[in-house]
Amino acid sequence: MDSSLFFGLSSIAYILAMISYIAFLAFRAGAVGIIATTLTVAGFLSHTCAFFLRWKEFADIGGMGIMRSIPLTNLYESLIFFVWCIMLGYLLIEWKYKTRSFGAFITPIAGMIMAFIDISGISKDIHPLIPALQSNWLLAHVTMSFLAYAAFAISFATAIMYLACTTSDNRKSGPYVFWTVVLAFFGAILIAMGIDFVAFKLTGKGAESFIKNYLFRATFRSASGGIAALSYAMLFVFVFLVWRYGFVLKNVISRFAVSADQLEELTYKCIAIGFPVFTLGGLVFGAIWADQAWGRYWSWDPKETWSLITWFVYAFYLHVRHVRGWRGTQISIVAVIGFVSTIFTYLGVNLLLSGLHSYGGM
Amino acid sequence: MADEKNRKTSVVDRIWNALASIKLAVVVFALISGTSIVGTLLDQSGDVSKNLKIVAKFVGSGAAPKVFAFLDAAGFTDMYHSWWFIALLYLFAANLIVCSLERLPRIWNVVREPIRALTFEQANTMPVRREVVFSRKKDEARPAVLDAMKSFGFHAVEAKAEDATVQFIAEKGRYSRLGVYLTHLSIVIILAGAIVGMKFGFNANLNLLEGTSSAVAYGGADKEIPLGFEIRCEDFNVSYYDGSDTPKSFKSWLTILENGKPVLIDGRETTEIEVNRPLRYKGITFYQSSYGFAPNRDAQFKFALIGRDGKKQGVSLKFEESFTIPGTDVKGKVADFSPAIAVDESGKLFTYAEIMSNPAVFVEFSEKGKVRYSRWILLRHPETWDVPDGKVEFVDLWGAQYTGLQVRKDPGVEIVYLGCILMTIGLYMSFFMSHARVWVVMREERGKVRFLLAGSSSKNRVAFESGIERLAQKLSAADKA
Ligand code: HEM
Repeated sequence: MDSSLFFGLSSIAYILAMISYIAFLAFRAGAVGIIATTLTVAGFLSHTCAFFLRWKEFADIGGMGIMRSIPLTNLYESLIFFVWCIMLGYLLIEWKYKTRSFGAFITPIAGMIMAFIDISGISKDIHPLIPALQSNWLLAHVTMSFLAYAAFAISFATAIMYLACTTSDNRKSGPYVFWTVVLAFFGAILIAMGIDFVAFKLTGKGAESFIKNYLFRATFRSASGGIAALSYAMLFVFVFLVWRYGFVLKNVISRFAVSADQLEELTYKCIAIGFPVFTLGGLVFGAIWADQAWGRYWSWDPKETWSLITWFVYAFYLHVRHVRGWRGTQISIVAVIGFVSTIFTYLGVNLLLSGLHSYGGM
Repeated sequence: MADEKNRKTSVVDRIWNALASIKLAVVVFALISGTSIVGTLLDQSGDVSKNLKIVAKFVGSGAAPKVFAFLDAAGFTDMYHSWWFIALLYLFAANLIVCSLERLPRIWNVVREPIRALTFEQANTMPVRREVVFSRKKDEARPAVLDAMKSFGFHAVEAKAEDATVQFIAEKGRYSRLGVYLTHLSIVIILAGAIVGMKFGFNANLNLLEGTSSAVAYGGADKEIPLGFEIRCEDFNVSYYDGSDTPKSFKSWLTILENGKPVLIDGRETTEIEVNRPLRYKGITFYQSSYGFAPNRDAQFKFALIGRDGKKQGVSLKFEESFTIPGTDVKGKVADFSPAIAVDESGKLFTYAEIMSNPAVFVEFSEKGKVRYSRWILLRHPETWDVPDGKVEFVDLWGAQYTGLQVRKDPGVEIVYLGCILMTIGLYMSFFMSHARVWVVMREERGKVRFLLAGSSSKNRVAFESGIERLAQKLSAADKA
């Protein structure tokens, strides 16, 4: 029995759960809802098993002891853990708020990422740790950072939904343009990465060089000027379409049994949990680890600096909410910007800037 | 005179008011973030050609040199140490301190003042209220209330307000209101620690060849920084994961020398350090950070030889010197060396790296002056150690590798850590604790007791409301029991 088997099972469970959640939204049949939840829980349990199995495989190969073997050293592993945190957060919300509505959104994302990882086989082989990563602080630093990222991801989703619910009536309003464009860019980047991946598979090269060398090579950074220009044109059309038909999202959300106020409240809750976790795990533990490994608790390397920027954005969110009393549209926009900064900290820095951290460096 | 005095205080007031404004905080947040973004785009180690390329990507290669010259002059290529960035950080700290001081007295009053009894009218204006009717006597009501409140963690006391309203009052988490200030204070402490580190500490590098020692380290622009003692590298070693060139660990064995004599650290003369396990001495810390290969004529090849008689014998020799396999007349001469040997597709040997990731020596074996055979002997491949006349184990090439040490003195670290601990506590208090107050006001009406449950909470109103609701249910249940 190895971890891949369980990862495979959990992607299947998430995809089946997605179908059930959508059916549940359509028919509102209680039994369908229970099936959906059961499938999600099953997928989550299998995902958990897979994670721990991989941890053990890692420990057996590296021979560095359990504490230092947490499988979170490359993009493949961190994505898996990221999805795990999101599913944990989702299940907590479903349980606490007694609503299954978000499931139809979350499970497809989880299922797709898991399937993407599975087919792509992005560096599935276990790489032993380089010396700098062999620290017990790694465990605390990385797990807590990812828990916070997942909480921020959920706050992003709810903030976008809030904006969709409240601003769809006027296509020319700033907030409407803001959220449709941000969402469209997210979608476009994911699609472009998907295309890269397909193109990459066709060339049949080794998996190691995928992310760094192939990212956007099939689209925006294509060697052929025509394809690059076409990609930008498509991006433009895509953004336009999302802007033009963004109100559809409002219709979908109106089928959920959640109010805009609840969405805003959820956004805040997620940030109120994510912020302290991020501060402690991401910034403080990261600083302690850097102090021990490199002899500097803070060296302004790009990843650290971006973490700090993200921290400022969320500190800003909390202050304007508590001190200035911002609510609604304004504050949701800040939450969206916070997650854009988070994503850049997590992926952008590794893909576009250089630094000391190894995640994402495939 | 008086006028001038007024004017002076008003300038101070103006500065104070500016520093007390949250608007300034927003501007400072934005400035720090915005400039930091530029800082992460550029290479901060001062690589000019790299930065020119980056700038060219944004503004085109025509304008790049000019834009780069501007950015360089403005300090963006070493931004985090530029005067204006540091000034921004000071401004940030001042803003934070003044903002907190402005609001502290009000909060402090709340914190100092314990909960008081309320008149009925006052209780009726509390944000959360609930009524419960109790069908029993007053004396029976009392234990029921205390009991119910206790089960929610409130240790209630009985009190009487000015209008003689009898009530039970309790509160929780009064001090959590200070969490925000503790958080802000911790940020100031961390910044103070960073300043202490910058003023009284240093950050330097030192590359030490095996067998050599140094009394200085090298800061920026190769400035010599005296250590106050000497440090010697006895040995350096890298170990690899099986079958790969991924380093598993790299270690140095270091000795501290005072007046030329070794100092005992933890009872030993030589201390082993590796990444994540530094050596500390007299406030200076030596971190293993890198390593490299520095070939030279004095380096010593170390072998363990096993002859036909099976006895093991260690030898150490320089390049082009010879050893004799014990119990034979066969001599081996070190004729060539490669720090990282590999075989290409056509079977040719070549050196693939500039560090000793797969060291190999080429040994010519001769007997009575005649060359009999020759071999590449690889340190990491024991199968190459067997030769027709015995076994030649390649143990080490000593004196050809240097250990790269990061040398730091930072008396501010403890202050920074203290700040981190306070921040953790402060954030916990601000986000996961709240100040909750409950009043259970009791009034008698036609032989029955009417309770007004009133409360307020500094945070998480929804959860608090449902808590009051459950308290009410508990009281009703006690009534029926
Ligand atoms: C980036 C670092 C900062 C962090 C992490 C931080 C954190 C916090 C937190 C967690 C709160 C509590 C919010 C709540 O009520 O739940 C708070 C409140 C507050 N912060 Fe900050 N803060 C920071 C910087 C600043 C700065 C620079 C200023 C002002 C110049 C400031 C002024 C305030 C004020 C006035 C409050 C409200 C206090 C009250 O309840 O009256 N903060 N801060």
